[in-house]
Amino acid sequence: MSVLSVEGLTVSFRSEGAWASVVRDLSFEIGGGETVAVVGESGSGKSVTALSIMRLLQEGVSKIEGKVMLEGRGDLLALPDETMRDVRGAEIGMIFQEPMTSLNPVMTAGFQVVEALRRHRGMDRAAARAEALRLFDLVRIPDAKRRLDQHPHTFSGGMRQRVMIAMAMACRPKLLIADEPTTALDVTIQAQILELIRELQADTGMAVMFITHDMGVVAEIADRVVVMLRGDKVEDGPAAEIFAAPRVAYTRMLLSAVPKLGSLDGSATPRRFPDLKGDPDSADPANEPDLRADEILAVDGLVTRFDIRGGVFGRPVGRVHAVENVSFSVRAGETLALVGESGCGKSTTGRSILRLIEPRAGAIRFDGRDVMAATPTEMRDVRRQMQMIFQDPYGSLNPRKTVGSAIGEPLRVHGVAHGEEVEAKVVAMLDRVGLPPEHALRFPHEFSGGQRQRVCIARSLALDPKLIVADESVSALDASVKAQVVNLMLDLQKDLGLAYIFISHDIAVVERISHRVAVMLLGEIVEIGPRDAVLANPRHPYTQKLISAVPVPDPARKGTRRPLLADEIASAVRPVDWTPPERRMVEVGPDHFVMES
Amino acid sequence: MTAFVIKRLAFAIVTLFGVLTIVFFIVRVLPGDPALVILGDQANQASIEALRARLGLDQPLFVQYLDFLGGVVVGDWGVSMVSGRPVIQEIMNVLPDTIELTVVSLILGVVVGVPLGVWSAIKRNKVPDYIVRIASLLGLSLPAFVSAILLLMAFAIQLRWFPVISSGQGDTIGARLRDLALPAINLGLIMAAYITRVARSAMLEVLNQDYVRTARAKGLSFAVIVWRHCLRNALIPVVTVVGLYLGILIGNSVLTEIVFNRPGLGKLIIGALNQRDYTMLQGMMVIYTLIVVLVNLATDLVYGLIDPRIKYQ
Repeated sequence: MSVLSVEGLTVSFRSEGAWASVVRDLSFEIGGGETVAVVGESGSGKSVTALSIMRLLQEGVSKIEGKVMLEGRGDLLALPDETMRDVRGAEIGMIFQEPMTSLNPVMTAGFQVVEALRRHRGMDRAAARAEALRLFDLVRIPDAKRRLDQHPHTFSGGMRQRVMIAMAMACRPKLLIADEPTTALDVTIQAQILELIRELQADTGMAVMFITHDMGVVAEIADRVVVMLRGDKVEDGPAAEIFAAPRVAYTRMLLSAVPKLGSLDGSATPRRFPDLKGDPDSADPANEPDLRADEILAVDGLVTRFDIRGGVFGRPVGRVHAVENVSFSVRAGETLALVGESGCGKSTTGRSILRLIEPRAGAIRFDGRDVMAATPTEMRDVRRQMQMIFQDPYGSLNPRKTVGSAIGEPLRVHGVAHGEEVEAKVVAMLDRVGLPPEHALRFPHEFSGGQRQRVCIARSLALDPKLIVADESVSALDASVKAQVVNLMLDLQKDLGLAYIFISHDIAVVERISHRVAVMLLGEIVEIGPRDAVLANPRHPYTQKLISAVPVPDPARKGTRRPLLADEIASAVRPVDWTPPERRMVEVGPDHFVMES
Repeated sequence: MTAFVIKRLAFAIVTLFGVLTIVFFIVRVLPGDPALVILGDQANQASIEALRARLGLDQPLFVQYLDFLGGVVVGDWGVSMVSGRPVIQEIMNVLPDTIELTVVSLILGVVVGVPLGVWSAIKRNKVPDYIVRIASLLGLSLPAFVSAILLLMAFAIQLRWFPVISSGQGDTIGARLRDLALPAINLGLIMAAYITRVARSAMLEVLNQDYVRTARAKGLSFAVIVWRHCLRNALIPVVTVVGLYLGILIGNSVLTEIVFNRPGLGKLIIGALNQRDYTMLQGMMVIYTLIVVLVNLATDLVYGLIDPRIKYQ
């Protein structure tokens, strides 16, 4: 018998007086020791399904129909509220996507685990504390004893997710629901957390419902897969079958849009994602940078540090060495990817180049000009040709401004165009990024995430830049949309000869888009070279670790177990008197440099 | 934590110093010679000069300023121009009454306001929420002296539960409390009206946080979630308002003390104003500043107690 059996689940929300269904007639089962991945893009209803099983949706505005049968409990939807509370946390444990906000900031991490133990297992304070300590050790939180009494803000994202797992596992649940538990984490941490969940499952035999949008993660962890599209189940089956022979077009599209590390092995230049309408190859001539052209941007010995002030007089007590002696160059028509994990200094590097953050030292030459010596007026001119696109297309557009005026603003600010010229240019830019001209009059909230990112790209193109710094620009997008935006960026590069600095933690996307890759660790570049050489033949231990942690969307490679680790990257915070060591880069291949250890 | 306290203390001292400086100069630029005011129009030049010398008014401004600062520190705040008694003694006579009234009103405001705000938030857009919101709006819009008179009419004159004149001189605790009841209820309910509104909106925000969902997924009961998980997070804005409102409370106590004929700082300051007792007013300004600065210091320290993240910033 299965642990969880969902039968004909239909969930509706009330909006403006009418009921609208967001999940329709969904049925699936999860057996003991089995992992079922529920996959879909945003708005597919996968998280709503999880919340419905737990009955955590807000009452009054939501309606759940169908049956949710839990082993030994019968239909959860028919249980009285009080009995349901005994099920939550005891028989079903749940972990969420946002480790940063899912723990109560004013309570110690230990207390939040103790609380669950006392609630469901009737332990006294001392016994619960001892058990919480055991759980912290189980989820491999280093220095567990001291960590019990610390508050969540002193934990890293990965460590907070471990606390969440400890909490969910506290009462040995039959079913663990994991709602995008690794989406907000770095890939090396993601690999650790997936391994941890797998090990806990092997030890306890619990069923796992794993919600994700990442096909790579699905292949790593799932036995069976349920694919959802706008509230409907479109396909389900064993993971191997789904990946090998997807039956419906949507699943095929989803799989083809997934960036696969290693799919461009042996090719030096970027390539568009396959066309999403099922066309196997869009036969795209590769983007070739002009190797005879001069470097458009040359950065030499860039240093950016931030003081940490403390004590009574606010003197610097430490320093974040965010960017330390970073050097690289980019040619016109070329993409350099800056990769690394959170806190490695890749975003700060991007911002320092535009002097949005003032670097402490180093030389930046852009298009023959000395950027570091530019006066504020000259800097305005430099920024015309160096634009930036950010990660969050929701936050980077003013909600009260039409898209047309957002795109036209840089033209007006820089006095490039006036009156009707602006409008003509706005329409031209919208056309470039594949949006119809009438969209100029709409407001940002009327667009989807992908369309908004197109608008941001249009805005950055308005001033005919030569270099665009794209900071995690596609990270927040669904796979299919991500593929479209990457393709758009490649087309623009080919047509306009743009140079990109593509900042990303997503190495599979980086493989698609870049000519060269620089790997950053603790503010320094540890390896830089042609993309093919760096990704296929990484030489620095950190690059190797990073690449091996990338989930591969191929269930056949599942179970290639990695050792269970809990190590995290040290921080770039240093004492005030710290001097960075002398580093030497060694050339290990043509144009391929690695930091000597 | 120690650095945090020292830093806040240093801020408090700097603020106090700044305000004292402003007080000193305001009093100096007020029109009219204090000596002339004290002695009246008929005084002859010699006695005015003599008084000016006695008050130190013939000294250079800078020397007067240093004298003033030194006096504040050692507790010599001058002598009342009207009663002839030391200012600090006059203030200390009535300060306990004002503190008693303020503290009791504050407690009443928190005890009534926080639970009402929380209740209103969890019953959002239902009947209890509307009732609480209307009641708090009423509390905010009714001037303190009007509500004071209404309370007097109902509970002291009609029902005769409490005395009309709260002299605050009762010997037993029971008598003191009976005297205190109406003024404290008057100020406490206004305070409660403010706190209710802030507690409600803070609670609504906290109820939407991810960690509340985590707590529900843990199987905790609604009451535990609200009182244990949410309340402490919602208290930060409440503490801010309480801190700010204490200043207003002291202002409101002026009217309340007059209506109920209670001794206190409020009555003292009105008397000093009417009689142009400049040294008294100067002393009052110092004591008010001191109270506000101390309340702010306490507020900052309470933040640190409520939210562990604040100490580290």
